[in-house]
Amino acid sequence: MRLNTFIALCLLPLAIVVGAFFVLPMLRLILVGGSGGMGLSAYAAILTEPRFRATLINTVVLSAAVTLASLVISTVAGLFLQRNRFPGRALLVAMLTFPLAFPGVVVGFMIILLAGRQGVIGQISSLLTGDKWVFAYSIQGLFLGYLYFSIPRVILTVMAAVEKLDPSLEEAARALGASPWGVQRDVILPALKPAFVASGAIAFATAMGAFGTAFTLATNIDVLPMLIYTEFTLSANIAMAAALSVGLGLVAWAALALARTFAGNTVAAAG
Amino acid sequence: MTAPNATSATSPHGVTVRVEACAKTFGHGARALEPITLDVARGETLVFLGPSGCGKTTMLRIIAGLEKPDAGGRVLFNNADVTGVPIEKRNVGMVFQSYALFPNMHVADNIGYGLKVRGASKAERKARVAELVALTGIEGLEHRRIDQLSGGQRQRVALARAVAARPKVLLLDEPLTALDAALRDRLRTELDQLLRRLGITTIYVTHDQAEAMALGDRIVVMRKGAIAQIGSPREIYFTPENRFVAEFIGAANIVEAESRDGCLLLPGGKLALRQGSIDGKATAMIRPETIAVIAPETAMLTGRIDAISFIGDRQRLIVSAASHKPLTVDAANSLQLRSGDRIGLAIPPDAIRILPPERSL
Repeated sequence: MRLNTFIALCLLPLAIVVGAFFVLPMLRLILVGGSGGMGLSAYAAILTEPRFRATLINTVVLSAAVTLASLVISTVAGLFLQRNRFPGRALLVAMLTFPLAFPGVVVGFMIILLAGRQGVIGQISSLLTGDKWVFAYSIQGLFLGYLYFSIPRVILTVMAAVEKLDPSLEEAARALGASPWGVQRDVILPALKPAFVASGAIAFATAMGAFGTAFTLATNIDVLPMLIYTEFTLSANIAMAAALSVGLGLVAWAALALARTFAGNTVAAAG
Repeated sequence: MTAPNATSATSPHGVTVRVEACAKTFGHGARALEPITLDVARGETLVFLGPSGCGKTTMLRIIAGLEKPDAGGRVLFNNADVTGVPIEKRNVGMVFQSYALFPNMHVADNIGYGLKVRGASKAERKARVAELVALTGIEGLEHRRIDQLSGGQRQRVALARAVAARPKVLLLDEPLTALDAALRDRLRTELDQLLRRLGITTIYVTHDQAEAMALGDRIVVMRKGAIAQIGSPREIYFTPENRFVAEFIGAANIVEAESRDGCLLLPGGKLALRQGSIDGKATAMIRPETIAVIAPETAMLTGRIDAISFIGDRQRLIVSAASHKPLTVDAANSLQLRSGDRIGLAIPPDAIRILPPERSL
């Protein structure tokens, strides 16, 4: 009996933290979302109101594209970096993880320096073609910024997974007659699948919720976090902002949950 | 069993393998292998045996095509030079220490992978997989995932996968090392029967001398990247050519003593040698099981039992005062012996092998 009381007491701090920082704010957010003039239909409005729906689709498509591109680039780079030893490799790996150190605003600022009106790309392109390429403030700019901070998250996971691969798997496939491409297709990529799912889900969720970069760049385009911000600050439509927040959270959470069940199974299969 | 299966089981097949002056120096200048030349007959099982770092795995990887020999070295299958042929074109079957089964495929797909890559039809693949599943005794496991298999089952799947596409030569790199001792013994017997039934040219790498003895038609004992001796298991065991082989294979007493008038002079007496022995300093090898325990009164050589360990089928004695160093003697398990007993030792002259003087290695 006394032991049980002791255990209950030990659980108290956890209960307080979960209650104060997770349950209460979430409940409040969900309630606020339904407290506006539209009531609970504010949630439905995310899908029915054309502006909201378009923004949601935009954000999901952008995040999915960023995730896919990060996976492709990180896989090629990760495989190369893990299998080859050359001078400067450590420095290169360190630099690839550099974006983790920057807040989104700085990433956005860097994209402006690269592809803005005074950007490097614009200057080079006007020299070469006479045409000034400026895309920092478009979906391409946003894509580039998101890609920049997504790559390190994916590449570190992929590199760790490559390191754990049994090198004799590849040799076994080759001994059985598989071409270099066949080895990648049949053995290496399937073996890395759990890492792809796990890191892809993180990249997707991060891109869905990224605000700093969007705040700096998204002048011509709306993404969900920007929409929440404008609803909240400019329109003072607090209920809609809350409803959108819940919607955003649900999408990102669903991606992570899906990945967890999926990766869980494949990780077990990789034994 | 079908008719073609029966024929392939009796006649040896695969290729002859010739390794010619194959040396291997790694990038940082470390010499893994001295130039080695040897031949493997069609259908023969050749075992590379040696301690870790002796170059046996490097040798296997050169034959497989996973490593290139230093310039001048050649690998020939059926007298055709395959040195420049990459492993995926060599058609070798390989079993790895870790088995390297593909975790994303179930058992049947693992076994059929080599056939699939080579463009065999689905029906052909299915028939061959079924044949190998029966041969290796893993019926009912075809659709299991790899992580649902025991160590022994994985080993069988790896072997079935390696031979599925009828390779020219089967290469096994410590295939039993990952298993626990009891299972290893059982699978060793099974593997031996299976290799005999397949009749394919096989090259086997191990550090376990019991495995080498049981499986090899011939054994190549390796040391520091060079061949210490090549021979049948019996030759290697009974007539080792040097001290390293004598000590690496089985238990051996190495006796260093003076030889005079056909006898080895020891502190505890003397030992008659075979005719034709040369006087002077000699190094002899005596296997523990060739030493008989007799009454001390009639013996030419006597000693005192320092320790007895009962092994079951025999008892192992450590006998001091007979030679300069304690002798290991395997005695019948029925003998009533006690530590401290004075005993006589009899060793037939044929069981005493005088080793040639050591070259400085």
